[in-house]
Amino acid sequence: MVDQLPRVQTDKLSAMYGKFTAVKGVSLDFAPNQVHALIGPSGCGKSTFLRTLNRMHEISEGGWIAGRVLLDGEDVYASTVNPIQLRRRVGMVFQKPTPFPMMSIYDNVAAGLVLNGKRSHSELDAVVEQSLRRAALWEEVKDRLRTSATSLSGGQQQRLCLARTIAPEPEVILLDEPTASLDPQGTQRIEELVIELKREFTIVIVTHNMQQAARVSDTTSFFYLGTMIEHGATRQIFTAPGNEQTEAYITGRFG
Amino acid sequence: MNPRTLRRAKSHLMVGLMGAAVVVAVLPLLLILLSLMLKGASSLSLAFFTHTPVPAGETGGGVLHAIVGTLIIVGTASLLGVPVGIGAGLYCAEFPGSKLAWVTRFVSDVMNGTPSIVVGVFAWTFIVATQKHFSGLAGSVALAILMIPMVTRTTEELVKLVPGSLREAALALGYSRWRTSLRIVLRTALPGIVTGALLAVARAAGETAPLLFTALGSQYLSFNPNQPMAALPLVVFTYASGPYEEWHQFAWATALVLILVVFVLSLAARFATRQRFSSGG
Repeated sequence: MVDQLPRVQTDKLSAMYGKFTAVKGVSLDFAPNQVHALIGPSGCGKSTFLRTLNRMHEISEGGWIAGRVLLDGEDVYASTVNPIQLRRRVGMVFQKPTPFPMMSIYDNVAAGLVLNGKRSHSELDAVVEQSLRRAALWEEVKDRLRTSATSLSGGQQQRLCLARTIAPEPEVILLDEPTASLDPQGTQRIEELVIELKREFTIVIVTHNMQQAARVSDTTSFFYLGTMIEHGATRQIFTAPGNEQTEAYITGRFG
Repeated sequence: MNPRTLRRAKSHLMVGLMGAAVVVAVLPLLLILLSLMLKGASSLSLAFFTHTPVPAGETGGGVLHAIVGTLIIVGTASLLGVPVGIGAGLYCAEFPGSKLAWVTRFVSDVMNGTPSIVVGVFAWTFIVATQKHFSGLAGSVALAILMIPMVTRTTEELVKLVPGSLREAALALGYSRWRTSLRIVLRTALPGIVTGALLAVARAAGETAPLLFTALGSQYLSFNPNQPMAALPLVVFTYASGPYEEWHQFAWATALVLILVVFVLSLAARFATRQRFSSGG
C-alpha cells in the first residue's frame, strides 16, 4: 500500500492565549479517511489544538499561534488564506449541540450550503435529505423538517449539527467532545456515525472518554500539559503505550 | 416560640409583603383602565372612529383625524428610530470594549432620563423654527429621538444574552462575522428586541409634550406629514383642558381609543413576529 499524503499536518504548532501557552510545539500528521483521537486530562490543550486546525483559536480572547498547520500541504495560516473559506473546508461540531434556535431543522442543515452561492430549491432539498440521511436523522425528522430545531432531543440536535457540518462537503471534520452532553444511546449513535463518515471525511475527535477513543479511532494522540506526549496507532497506544504517562492515563491512574 | 413556627411566620410575612407590593404595582393600572372604561366607553360609537370633530356646541364627531395622525407620526418615528436603535445596540454588543460603544451607552442612558418636553423643544428649534411651520414629520423626528436610546439599550442587552456557542457554531460553519451577527445572533435575539421596540413605540404613541411643539394638532383629517397633524394625545390634551362638559367626555373617549390603539399595535406585532415554530421560547 502506498503511503498517503497526510490530509492535515501540524508543524511545531504552539497555541497561546495572550502570554499563556496552551499548546507547545506539536507536530502531528493526520492521514485522510481515518479517525484521529486526541486524549488527555482536562486543560491539556487538546481542544485548543483542535481549534487551531480551522483557525477558530484566533477568535478566542488573546488567541494566537506559532508554527504551521497544513491542509493538503497548504499553510492555512498563510496571508492568502481566508479563514472563512478555510472553515468551509474544515467543519466543526462542538461539545454542546448548537442548533440555530430561530431556524427550522431544514434551514439548519442548509445554513452552511447557502453560503457557497445560490442553489435551486430541488438541489437544496436533495442535499438536505442526503445530509440528514448520512447523519442517521432523516427517518426521525423527515415529517417535520419545518419545525424548530430546538424541539429535538439532545442526541438528535447533535446529529443535526453533524448533518449541518457535512452538508457543505468539508474535507475534514473536527469533533470537540461531541458526546460529552449525550446519554449512552446518543453517544453510541454518534460513534457509529463517526466510523461511517470516515469513508468520506478525515475526522479529528477530542474525547475525555478513553473507551470512545479506543472504539472509534485509528490513531490516538495523548496530550498532557500542552505537550503531545505520544502518538500512534490506537491499538498500540492502548495495548502497548511507549510512555509511562500515557500508560498511567489510560489505565486511569490520573486525569 | 420554636424555630419552625418562627420561620413559618417570617415566610408568611415576607410572602404577604410581596403580595402587597404586587397589588400596589397593579392597582393604579387597573384603576386607570377602569376609570377610562367607565367614563369613556359611553361616548364610543362607530362614528367616533370614522368621523372628524364637529364644531363646539354640536354633538357627535370623532377622532379619525387623530387616529390617522398618530399612526402616521408614530409609524414614521418607528421607521426612523427602530433601525437606528437596533443598529446602535448591535454595535455596542459586538464591540463592547470600544470607545464608541461606551459613549453610546452613556448617551443612551442620559437620553432615557431626559424629559420628553426637552426633546420637543429641540425638534422645534431645529425643524419647526427653520422650516417656519409645524409638521407631523417634526413630531416623528422628536418621537424617534425618544425611541432610539430605549431600543439601543434593549437590543444590546438581548444580543448579549445570545450564547457565544451559537456565534462560534456559525463562524465554524464558514459564516463571516457580519453574517454571523445579522443572520444568527440578531435573529436569535429578535423576539426580545421586537418586544423592546414595541415598548418604545407604545411609549412614543402616548407622548404629548414633544408633539405640542412639532405636530401641533389639527381639526382636519390630513395625510400630509409636512403639515400640522392631529394625534390622539394632543386631542386628549386639548379637549380635557377645554371648557365644555362634552369636550371632557370626548377626551375620556379619546384616551380610551389611545389605549386601544397601543394595545392593538402590540397584539399585531406579537402575531407578526410570532415564531413559525410551535416550540416558542
